[in-house]
Amino acid sequence: MLDKSKKLDVGKLETIAKEIRRDILLMLEQAGSGHTGGSLSIVEILIVLYYCKMKHNPKNPKWQKRDKFILSKGHGCPALYAVLANLGYFPQEDLLTLRKLGSGLQGHPRYGLPGIETSSGSLGQGLSIACGMALAARMDNMKNKIYCLMGDGELDEGQIWEAAMTAAHYNLSNLCGIIDYNKYQIDGKVCDVMNIKSIPDVWRSFGWNVEEVDGHNIKALFEVFNKVDNEKKKPSLIIAHTIKGKGVSFIEKDNRWHGVAPRKNELERALKELDLE
Amino acid sequence: MAMEPTRDGFGEGIIEVGKLYKNVVVLSADLSSSTRANWFKEKYPERFFCFGVAEQDMICAAAGFALSGKIPFACTFGVFASGRAWDQVRISVSSMDLNINVIGTHGGVSVGEDGLTHQALEEISLMRCLPNIAVIVPVDVIEAKKATIAAVKYPHPTYIRLGRNPVPIITKEKDKFKIGKANLLKKGKDVTIIACGSMVCESLRACEFLKSKGIYAEVINLHTIEPIDKKTILNSVKKTNAVVTVEEHTIKGGMGGAVAELLGENYPILMKRIGMKNFGESGSPVELLKKYGLTYANIADAALDLVKRK
Ligand SMILES: Cc1ncc(C[n+]2csc(CCOP(=O)(O)OP(=O)(O)O)c2C)c(N)n1
Repeated sequence: MLDKSKKLDVGKLETIAKEIRRDILLMLEQAGSGHTGGSLSIVEILIVLYYCKMKHNPKNPKWQKRDKFILSKGHGCPALYAVLANLGYFPQEDLLTLRKLGSGLQGHPRYGLPGIETSSGSLGQGLSIACGMALAARMDNMKNKIYCLMGDGELDEGQIWEAAMTAAHYNLSNLCGIIDYNKYQIDGKVCDVMNIKSIPDVWRSFGWNVEEVDGHNIKALFEVFNKVDNEKKKPSLIIAHTIKGKGVSFIEKDNRWHGVAPRKNELERALKELDLE
Repeated sequence: MAMEPTRDGFGEGIIEVGKLYKNVVVLSADLSSSTRANWFKEKYPERFFCFGVAEQDMICAAAGFALSGKIPFACTFGVFASGRAWDQVRISVSSMDLNINVIGTHGGVSVGEDGLTHQALEEISLMRCLPNIAVIVPVDVIEAKKATIAAVKYPHPTYIRLGRNPVPIITKEKDKFKIGKANLLKKGKDVTIIACGSMVCESLRACEFLKSKGIYAEVINLHTIEPIDKKTILNSVKKTNAVVTVEEHTIKGGMGGAVAELLGENYPILMKRIGMKNFGESGSPVELLKKYGLTYANIADAALDLVKRK
């Protein structure tokens, strides 16, 4: 099991974040297609969960008592694959098979790859699956937590709100939703495409405990994940303010990068910016 | 002949599996009494979960339960289980190939007065085109109970189509039921009648009528449409060289469609599909079955016609 000995080494995690961003860009360039913007925006969220917060075991992915993570916005999977490989769920070399015939690293997460808790990619389904897992965990008196990461555009799906009701109705305090609030979806800015007037208010009115956080600040993320553990009655939602394409200047907030992979020259420019080595 | 609705067989079966398997859970989308899910609720309230009128959420939550080692039965009307939540079934049930059982009641035009919104006529097509899911249409209350129990042990998803109204009980407790194994009910030589659900009994009546005309029909209860029992069907049609399929469901892609696919590639013969060709409407079940040509007389006519053309 991972030692999440609570002592947060922010500097080290920031370096890992850079490595993960590098891997995302490398694998997307190799694949020649995929979702760059929405993968880069979730890196710190994944790192804090997988390196400091969740109880899980890369050597035993099916370990009964593990916390579970569901990537409901399945198109962000390059980030999740990079983290899982970095932790040893599967070999690092596999990353370069992304989207290739026969690879376990499908274009959207597919159940069966070690570390992947459920298939996803058809937006709107993850939170319902998380509710089922949280209810099952409660039946079994498990102490684990179920995390579910959604996109802000994904909130347009009606099923999200069905699940929001379910989680609140059943007081699923063992469930924590996270919104990658990067303010963009495919057709443009979320506020222009389908504006939810106040995301926190809506979730609060559904009966959720709501927190907001800078989704790229590792320390703040760690604190907020710990804070919501104190909520024992309601499901919690963390609205993570993020930047789509975070980490690469010419990708940040340029929504043309939603579903486009970097070409070789763009990859080189991006890697220089990440300034690793 | 004693009559009971097949949904009652599910109710009886689910109580039994609740007793036998502690990891069975039942999920319901606000139709607990209509689907008989509430029979389970009364016995095992701690393993019963309401989702309100939210079929998509319920189907995916069922996947969450299955991914956590439970064996869920998700219950609603067939129209909503298949149509409203089809993408959820496709991704979270079919593609992950989990032991999830989707119970769709109110199959067929014989739902009656509620009319077309509530009469499931396309679920067999919608479910059988998805990989991994067994599509089962029990013939009577006894078989519905057996199907429910069998679904627990079946290591893949199932869709069980049930009816609202009482239908004749034509099987016995001791009769064999195996998912994927059709039951030959009457032996004959002139024509094969393949039916499922409520249409099996009509087919048996047609068989009796045909006998009076000197025609011997073989009758098969094709309770499992997917995986289809190729052997039983081919053995029969190789003898008879003519086949009528009968279902309370659209003829496009349903049970008749499945048989047509099988025979088209393996043993093309004279064939007639009997079933729905359009939406239903309000009316009494008997009136509707008559209006839409789903009676023993229609089946017998089709069989006679085929035999004549042979
Ligand atoms: C049900 C469904 N409809 C449409 C799509 C296509 N699609 C992929 S990503 C996306 C936009 C999602 O926006 P958001 O959740 O904000 O993701 P992000 O901007 O973080 O990438 C859409 C519409 C899909 N995957 N699933």
